[in-house]
Amino acid sequence: MATNTQRRTPNRWQVGRLVERRVETPTAQTLVLEVPDWPGHLPGQHVDLRLTAPDGYQAARSYSIAGPAVDGPGGPRIEVTVQRVHDGEVSPYLIDVFGAGDPVEVRGPLGGWFIWRPEESAPVQLVAGGSGIVPLMAMIRARRAVGSKAPFRLIYSVRTPGDVIYADELRRRVRDDFGLDVAYVYTREAPEGWRGEPHRIGLADVNTHGWPPDLEPLTYVCGPTAFVETVADLLVGLGHPSRRVKTERFGPTG
Amino acid sequence: MGIVSPGFQGRPRTQEPALPPGQYLTEDFPVLSAGPTPRVSLDTWEFVISAENGSEHRWSWQELMALPQETPMVDIHCVTRWSKLGTNWQGVSLDTLLADVDTGAHFALAHSYGGYTTNLPLDDLRGGRAWVVHTFDGAPLPAEHGGPARLLVPHLYFWKSAKWVRGLRLKTMDEPGFWETAGYHDYGDPWREQRYQGD
Repeated sequence: MATNTQRRTPNRWQVGRLVERRVETPTAQTLVLEVPDWPGHLPGQHVDLRLTAPDGYQAARSYSIAGPAVDGPGGPRIEVTVQRVHDGEVSPYLIDVFGAGDPVEVRGPLGGWFIWRPEESAPVQLVAGGSGIVPLMAMIRARRAVGSKAPFRLIYSVRTPGDVIYADELRRRVRDDFGLDVAYVYTREAPEGWRGEPHRIGLADVNTHGWPPDLEPLTYVCGPTAFVETVADLLVGLGHPSRRVKTERFGPTG
Repeated sequence: MGIVSPGFQGRPRTQEPALPPGQYLTEDFPVLSAGPTPRVSLDTWEFVISAENGSEHRWSWQELMALPQETPMVDIHCVTRWSKLGTNWQGVSLDTLLADVDTGAHFALAHSYGGYTTNLPLDDLRGGRAWVVHTFDGAPLPAEHGGPARLLVPHLYFWKSAKWVRGLRLKTMDEPGFWETAGYHDYGDPWREQRYQGD
């Protein structure tokens, strides 16, 4: 019989079940999975989900965990937010077919670099492109959950207002979570009454809505490759040391 | 075989070439890295092999380009599960670079501009299986993919193919690199699916 420690290593696949689903945008949904032996995780970590077809064919993908684990009647629950990938193999299944109570194999938590440690007190700047918000939201949620006083700034780039994941919650947190600021960049279509034109994120956005380098902030950038390359270059150009800028890039991973 | 996912079929299997377990095919060239992309000038670029006895072998960009060039065409496999087949590179074999290095070391720690590191057994860098490459698909390797030059060790997961490579430190004891310290496998054989520690 496995010892408790062995059972809790992230290297073991275990069965989770879908207990709840929330529609975030027309193309993104949050799945709440009950994972009985979940060992806990740090904000920014991810999880592998594996699907198996009747003939034994398997497909696995990594998803960022969206917030702290919570206790449910059947054990710990974790949330992932899945963005539909056009022609994808796994995300359309998770969004359209995967049903309440259905099993999925889960392995994690994974990733020991793109993480925020809640005991850190340094200012934090988060820069999200599209569904790159997910691991950054995990940090925002963890900050409140542990009562951290670290000042947070989020710059969130989306195509249109309708693409904002966690829109209501972010509005509420800006009001209630002391020390959290959120600024949006719209690349295609801005909301009514927005000052300025839709544009891709640039130096002025990062300079105005981020922290100056002399405050020595920790920076987390997550989004599509071109977005992350642009933002990371801007940050280095503004004088942020590379070692304080952590990045995670999303490819078309289906 | 895992538990069957109700209603999951997956992609058609018929035309899939043989891939390592858990990988899928991509035609793109996705990027995985942990921080900003370093920009390295060719004027100051160098590649240094430091042996365990303290001796150093150095090559400037011009010296690297003057060495015999090879054009490996290889399949690459990223731990984030994409595989890309038949990629075309140009560079210098590690056999060439290690030829005059007097060493009894068993391990190498590759290190990069920007501070990245990754560890490999020295034997895996020999035998025509590893290169320092500077050209991809006939064009200079873009910085986001590791240019001016990166390691290419295609028989291991692609994080072992250090981008922006600056040198190798040869070691008698294995020393884990950047991702290896962050929970990834020490060796990283895609055919044995050695993704994470304990695999």
